[in-house]
Amino acid sequence: MTTLSQALWVLLLGSLLGLELIGKVPPTLHTPLMSGANAISGITVLASITLIANAQGNPALLILGSVSLGFALFNVIGGFLVTDRMLAMFSRKKSGGGR
Amino acid sequence: MNVLDLFGYLIDLLAVLLLALGLKGLSTVRSARSANGLAALAMGLAVLGLLLQLQPDPIAWLWIAIGTAIGGLLGLITARRVPMTAMPETVALFNGCGGMASLLVAMAVALYDSDGADLVELISIVISVFVGAITFTGSIAAMGKLQGWLGTPGWTQSSVRHGVNITLAIAALVGGFTMPGDPTGAPLWILLGASSLLGIGVTLPIGGADMPVVISLLNSYSGVAAAAAGFVVGSQLLIVAGAMVGAAGLILTQVMCTGMNRSLVSVLFGGALGGSAPVGGGGDEAGYSRIVSCSAEECAMALENAERVVFVPGYGLAVAQAQHALRELAKLLEANGSEVSYAIHPVAGRMPGHMNVLLAEADVPYEQLLEMDTINPEFPRTDVVIVLGANDVVNPDAKNDAQSPLYGMPVLEVDHARQVFVVKRSLGAGYAGIKNALFELPQTAMVFGDAKAVLQQLCTELRSQGVGKAA
Repeated sequence: MTTLSQALWVLLLGSLLGLELIGKVPPTLHTPLMSGANAISGITVLASITLIANAQGNPALLILGSVSLGFALFNVIGGFLVTDRMLAMFSRKKSGGGR
Repeated sequence: MNVLDLFGYLIDLLAVLLLALGLKGLSTVRSARSANGLAALAMGLAVLGLLLQLQPDPIAWLWIAIGTAIGGLLGLITARRVPMTAMPETVALFNGCGGMASLLVAMAVALYDSDGADLVELISIVISVFVGAITFTGSIAAMGKLQGWLGTPGWTQSSVRHGVNITLAIAALVGGFTMPGDPTGAPLWILLGASSLLGIGVTLPIGGADMPVVISLLNSYSGVAAAAAGFVVGSQLLIVAGAMVGAAGLILTQVMCTGMNRSLVSVLFGGALGGSAPVGGGGDEAGYSRIVSCSAEECAMALENAERVVFVPGYGLAVAQAQHALRELAKLLEANGSEVSYAIHPVAGRMPGHMNVLLAEADVPYEQLLEMDTINPEFPRTDVVIVLGANDVVNPDAKNDAQSPLYGMPVLEVDHARQVFVVKRSLGAGYAGIKNALFELPQTAMVFGDAKAVLQQLCTELRSQGVGKAA
């Protein structure tokens, strides 16, 4: 599968990408951006699913994997929804105009 | 590589692309909402691609379904129910759970699925447990402090805490380095225990106002933990995404520090502000000499005659949950013919950008929220400024007094307005622990009381004067 050097290159390039993605953020967006980035960090669902799928019937792995999947998905679903809730208020105000 | 593998591989690439675009889009106002959806879509794609590649057996499907149902449902309920004022602690909670997930994966592999011979795997496990545990306990401690469940114990403000934290860090390191000989035994548990305590030990001394920076930093950590978990389970997608969020979180932390005029080092190691400056709120009251206080009635009279009113909402407004009362008052004033706007300092609220969210929730029109650079030239032609639970962000010393610790921080120049009312519970110091020269200016009057109660009184007063009846 993945060799170590491949994985390290991926790590390096991913970090560089992350450093460049966010340059100037208006203060208005600090809170939603933090919340959105936080939801993305729940990507560790992938690790939980991998753990479960490769458990080969080992109950300890299945249970721990399932619990960690629960934690990660709580982060992902909650994070994206709450970010959307915040951002929805901005866009409603903008398009709604003077009320 | 068969067709299904290739397909899964392409989905992975697409997911990375969309995640990056989503993260980028979140940093501009216009695209933020769709970018959030894009990132969510990318996450869904990534999961789909992974399931295609792994093809779990029925038992695995069952456990995936259980975890998904419980975690997803709780996330859904929390996201719907949580009030906007509680946003900082909610983000902390979500973040802590992400760290916990990475931690659990690493622990599971270490305990049940490792022969202890693969050094790379062991190193990944150590990093994942270390960072994951710090993220979890740190986030939960941050949440506890923001909710008021946890205080700031005295010992954490002395140098004792550095000793404690260094000891914990060394213990964690020792645990990590001795793991290769004994991958499931004591070293793993020492690592886990020491890292967990370290997360608390580092977070506990930090004051409530600095907490957003800490949460942002912990958010970056949870990305690192996810990347480490990616090494543990051998997922390139997870490594990319984790690294990306980790790095982006660092930048965001830096941006927030700049906005708050704080350095990351002083946030992390300086303790709650005021540790070195004169301590405490109560003791500073004697420092003021020319304070004029006035009642809500007087304030209401000034408001009734004002043509142009600017509100400066701050941390105290968020704490008192007074944003709806504020909107109510603003409506009355508008009905009375006043021009109303809101001056939003970049760090107003409980974290940067939080005030915009709160006021948007209270139906304040977006166009009335003016950022600092826009509103500052307007203050000289403003009749009445009402400062609600803000302190340091309106302190004129930041411009005038080179000796002030605030010197150089951009502030709202409310001292240029004709009349300033400061609604505040007491004369206690702001979070920087220093006097506010604004309070002693001749045009300033203090209205003592809880922001929400004062706003409601003002509404009542104005209504009894007949304001708003015609509208």
